[in-house]
Amino acid sequence: MSDMHAHSVAYVRETMLPEQEPPSSAVGVTAWMRENLFRGWANSLMTVVAIYVIYKIVAGSLPWFLGGIWSTSSLAECREILQGATGGCFSVLTERWNQLLFGFQYPSEQYWRLILAFVLLGLAAAPVLFRHLPRGLLVFTGLYPFIAFWLIWGGTILAPLMALAGFVLGYVAFKKVEHQSFAMGALAFLIAAALTWWIGGLVSGAAPGVLALEPVPSRNMGGFMLNLILGTVCVSLSLPIGIVLALGRQSDMPIIKWICVVFIELIRGVPLITLLFVANVVLAYFLPPGTSFDLIIRVIIMITAFSSAYIAEVIRGGLAALPRGQYEAADSLGLDYAQATRLIIMPQALKISIPGIVNVAVGLFKDTTLVSVISMFDLVGMIRGPILASTEWNGVYWELWGFAVMLFFIVCYSISQYSQWLERQLQTDHR
Amino acid sequence: MKKSVFLGAMTVAGLAAGAAAAATLDDVKARGKLNCGVTTGLVGFAAPDANGNWDGFDVGFCRAVAAAVLNDPNAVEFVPTTGKTRFTALASGEIDTLARNTTWTFSRDVDLKFEFVGVNYYDGQGFIVPKELGVSSAKELDGATVCIQTGTTTELNLADFFRKNNISYEPVPIETNAEAQPLYLEGACDTYTTDASGLAATRAAFENPQDHVVLPEIISKEPLGPLVRHGDNDWGDINRWVLNALIAAEEYGVTSANVDELASGTDNPEINRLLGTEGNLGEMLGLDADWAARTIKAVGNYGELFEKHIGENTPVGLSRGLNAQWTDGGLMYAPPFR
Repeated sequence: MSDMHAHSVAYVRETMLPEQEPPSSAVGVTAWMRENLFRGWANSLMTVVAIYVIYKIVAGSLPWFLGGIWSTSSLAECREILQGATGGCFSVLTERWNQLLFGFQYPSEQYWRLILAFVLLGLAAAPVLFRHLPRGLLVFTGLYPFIAFWLIWGGTILAPLMALAGFVLGYVAFKKVEHQSFAMGALAFLIAAALTWWIGGLVSGAAPGVLALEPVPSRNMGGFMLNLILGTVCVSLSLPIGIVLALGRQSDMPIIKWICVVFIELIRGVPLITLLFVANVVLAYFLPPGTSFDLIIRVIIMITAFSSAYIAEVIRGGLAALPRGQYEAADSLGLDYAQATRLIIMPQALKISIPGIVNVAVGLFKDTTLVSVISMFDLVGMIRGPILASTEWNGVYWELWGFAVMLFFIVCYSISQYSQWLERQLQTDHR
Repeated sequence: MKKSVFLGAMTVAGLAAGAAAAATLDDVKARGKLNCGVTTGLVGFAAPDANGNWDGFDVGFCRAVAAAVLNDPNAVEFVPTTGKTRFTALASGEIDTLARNTTWTFSRDVDLKFEFVGVNYYDGQGFIVPKELGVSSAKELDGATVCIQTGTTTELNLADFFRKNNISYEPVPIETNAEAQPLYLEGACDTYTTDASGLAATRAAFENPQDHVVLPEIISKEPLGPLVRHGDNDWGDINRWVLNALIAAEEYGVTSANVDELASGTDNPEINRLLGTEGNLGEMLGLDADWAARTIKAVGNYGELFEKHIGENTPVGLSRGLNAQWTDGGLMYAPPFR
């Protein structure tokens, strides 16, 4: 076989062939379409059908959007202008814009307060949501609830100031006693805060005119603002309560454990709408005649109770997913229960629970529309009640409901996008 | 022993509650505002306008009571109620008067312990059909699909009517009037049935109202009226006679335009007693003499109220029908002011 060497071969290529362009059917748009849209006859058929459906939807709805009327003052006028042509009657949105956003009873010259509160909400939420922002901003976040209360409900600034003072003094008391034990600290907090609030109530009751904005009763809140208020307040309240409930359910102390179990199971076993009816209707029977316990507060309590029970279960899932070794590691470092929970357990458990918590938060935000059933005028209540029942706009459906869908979609979609971003940031490895 | 103490405490509490409830007029005067329950929105009857001011036929009654009691038709806190919350709001004392197109029925009056002070609108259940269906009587609706609000008296009335006439129908259950409107227009049902006033309002909102007809049959009685709680007859009397004053004013030809002129005295003793220039009717009610004059000046008489909110010149476009004065063949009949 010795003649089988290079010299006996007629031709040997000594250089590499230059790389050629891939065939046009394997790159670019064509390839992408072949790969994704027309792979096999079944796939192609579905693509064609899908394109046809999309075309139908766009062709049907586009003239409706483009031909829309934005400046009439009633549906009849709108139809007169359209003369049977296709077009939405969006003037209902422009004419009732303020009602859709703020309800119909909030004094219109005070709208700036709501807008300011909303802008400040963004500022206050930013340092909580994005951790690379300066930590000093958190001070503002802490102050925000009191500012927002003052802006939205009005009245003297003393009331929210005193509430704030209660928290501050309570914290000071907590710090003083904390070295004894966490529980003692919590007790000291409660006593100091309650005392301050009691005194503060007397003070602000005595001087209702100090730096007062025009007070607006809760009955006058409405529109999308009401959904936002209920959503933000209830989510931010139910998170800490949910954590406490979840820990309580895992506790070794039987009474605490059973209180938490009963609360969670009871609330989770009842539909939210039932709780809202209880808040609105049944509570009125138990209270003495003449007392008016603010309806919004009643509703906030019920929704918070509802969502904190759900969040507690989500966090319990996070706690259960944490490897046993983490608890033992914390013990071996000599940390007590409060320290171990705060420093080792909770940060990891919360990280695991993010998707679940966001899920509950989005659901809760949408559930706030249920208050329309107990005659509160949130966005849905405004549409179903006053706007559709007015002689001018009776009969406008698509425009109004489409607008409501859009508002809710924007908020809920941004929440879910944020949570996905946060998950990537925190890289929850052990799920 | 314990039991008797407990019962004693209950009695005291009951008495206190009774006493608290018995003086609604004083409560309203002390508060300076009338808490009036209205619907969350019904075309022509009650709805806030673009500026947030409540307006409508039922709203007019609230304003009339406020004008009589507080001398200010705007001193009303409107409490919107749904069909589900209206009775508890009234029973718990959250509102003083409920003027929310509520049908006067035996069980609501007796069992729920309310007092209907009269009827401000005689309604009845009717049918609306597209003209092209070629139906001229509800009895020709054999085999029709009917859009019907669930859980209402209209549902029961419908079943009774079809059974009585030995014809069949297929119900399409819906939740609200707003839901019925598009369903009916899309042809999901051949006919839609609800109170005739609601049908008229619904039809008025259609793009082509002339393509639809309301059938002549009215298959139920729905007397709508304002109501108050049991147990405070003085307050009930005030509400009853405010309503009667509005109705009587139309009968005697007293309008918001001429009430000032007539209040200075006329030859008709009936008008004089109504407007307080003769007799002491206001005093008997615990109000001042010109309570009725004020009321009529503020909201107009019954006929004016009707024409302004739901009459033939409004989009709702209802004719007087049963709600005309008894002198015109209707049922509106105020007892004598004497």
